[in-house]
Amino acid sequence: MTKLALKVAAVEQLTPLVKRFRFEDPTGAPLPVFSGGAHITVEMPNGDTIRRNSYSLISDPYDPSGYEIAVRREDTGRGGSSHMHSAVAEGDTITVSVPANLFQLDLRARKHVLIGGGIGITPFLSQLRQLDREQKPYELHYAARSRAEAAGIALLPEAAHIHVHISDEGNRMDLGAILDGQPLGTHVYTCGPEGLIAAVADQAARLGWPKSAVHSEAFTAPPPGAPFEVTIASSGQIVPVKADQSLLEALEAAGVEIDYSCRGGACGRCETAVTACDGQIEHNDHWLSADERAAQKKIMPCMSRFKGTRLELDL
Amino acid sequence: MTMQFNDETFRGDYTYRNSPEAIRRFPFPFDQDSYMYSVNIEQHPGGPQGSPFEHMFDVDEHYVAEMRDREITLAEDPLRCQSLPHMELAGWDLLELIMVSKARDYPDLFSLTRDGNDWHWVNKPMGIDKRFTFLDAATLPYGPMEYITRQTQGDFALLHERDGNLWMDAGMVTSQADWSLDFDVGMNFFEWHAPVPKARQMGVFDKALKFLLAVGQGQHYRRLNWTMTVNPRLDTSPENYHKWGPEKRTITPENVGHKQFLRVELQTFFRLPRSNALAFPIRCYLASLDDLVTQPKWGRRLHRVLRDIDPDLADYKGFAVNREVIVNYLSQYDDGEPTSPGIFPED
Repeated sequence: MTKLALKVAAVEQLTPLVKRFRFEDPTGAPLPVFSGGAHITVEMPNGDTIRRNSYSLISDPYDPSGYEIAVRREDTGRGGSSHMHSAVAEGDTITVSVPANLFQLDLRARKHVLIGGGIGITPFLSQLRQLDREQKPYELHYAARSRAEAAGIALLPEAAHIHVHISDEGNRMDLGAILDGQPLGTHVYTCGPEGLIAAVADQAARLGWPKSAVHSEAFTAPPPGAPFEVTIASSGQIVPVKADQSLLEALEAAGVEIDYSCRGGACGRCETAVTACDGQIEHNDHWLSADERAAQKKIMPCMSRFKGTRLELDL
Repeated sequence: MTMQFNDETFRGDYTYRNSPEAIRRFPFPFDQDSYMYSVNIEQHPGGPQGSPFEHMFDVDEHYVAEMRDREITLAEDPLRCQSLPHMELAGWDLLELIMVSKARDYPDLFSLTRDGNDWHWVNKPMGIDKRFTFLDAATLPYGPMEYITRQTQGDFALLHERDGNLWMDAGMVTSQADWSLDFDVGMNFFEWHAPVPKARQMGVFDKALKFLLAVGQGQHYRRLNWTMTVNPRLDTSPENYHKWGPEKRTITPENVGHKQFLRVELQTFFRLPRSNALAFPIRCYLASLDDLVTQPKWGRRLHRVLRDIDPDLADYKGFAVNREVIVNYLSQYDDGEPTSPGIFPED
């Protein structure tokens, strides 16, 4: 994975829980441009491990002068977002990956409908700039519980085709009204809580939308959980996984070579074969099929955990 | 040193020739004395100085003549270049990649000056001096992909990523090993590879697709593929099979050395930034058997590879009909001595 060492050029508190970060090349060199919906992986050194979280880019994809992300503090998470909030300041050096995209616009669409819930607004912020540049018709719907929590309001331009739905103000998003009557060839994109993604998919299916016109991004930071151990089949090495560590992070800390990209269970790059499993794999990814999950022969170390007595990986 | 460009043809009188330097840098594709499919992928660029792997887009002595040949093919059949409407952005990404790379790698031949979206491109070998606005197709005589691939050796496929697959939604294809862009355009990765024997059952394509989908920005890769062609013809297309297919029957023991060519494809993969599409350039290199046997290692090895190859592959690669003549000819250059590992000639 190609990496960039950047300077933290600005940090801004958008809401009590959300901060915006801007990164620039320390010499002012142009950064690789990207496509709407792309993310970067940010490295957060923490003792003997490097924590890596992926965040959607929210800045203009064709602007090489800097990258911006918005991070919501998750106090019950592994500590990545709270590290970003408490330990990263203007002037710091930070290592990030080059942009990658698992949630790109389908530029064949005649119209794009973007639906974001909560912090799930972030990938749309770069997409709508790309749509503006490409002069493609779109509408964006942003749903949040309360105005105080709605970081998106500070980040979204005001325009007739950008709609904000605040449920505390009695203005809940009505998916039926949004999706019904859209022109043929419209694509819908959802990012946010699982429930929102499922509701949009359900509503689109009921209205007869083709599956290929319904897109979603649900990758999140890996969840914490109870500590467990894995055995490396090739060496017999036993690798302990701490409560606030992902299996991928534990393998990296133990010096086990393993490939990765999104670190959010979406890209498939870290898929690893399981050679012995006495217990239950907690599959938290979006990559393996239901059959593959049930078979317990594969695991996605970036997201998934294990409960049981023995898990041996083909590494 | 300024590069000399050959005045040569790839059809009719077939005056194509390789200089001794061109032979020595030929991308011989066999790293051992036998051949079977593999996903033989390496990082690109990177390789010995002067080799075709040194730069992102190799420019060699055949450049100007190849571009002239492309122009003839396109004039006869404009469908060799197609770009579905959603692929224009990928075309701009490709144009940027090629112009930036060539201006950096061959400053004697190409230059690019950029002021925001106001670009100035100079291509000295082709006598082109053009100012245009990046991302504004009205400022170029062709679409961006067609414009830059009329100035770049090799075929190009631009692949759109969606639904966990890659779709061949744009391309410039005039030097192909018997496949048709007009037939394949709009197909996905498995569909356009359907004619390849054995490979699907071997699981090659599932692995290859997974690899390609994971190719990121700034990570470029290459692999070599090969086939055999009678006469140094770039346009061995299905559309023109009636022109070149019968030429396979002209091989005799007397002329096989200079009429039978090994055709090597240097395939590279690039993730494009704004479109998130994949660019898949396929660069064709041709060397006659007589060219190749000037390197003793290659003469020995090519004999062993073609003698022992699976008959299905000989058939797919289109030389089954001449295999015996080719192998007999090459046998006189195989003294049974061992060959060294790797593809490069011995000094």
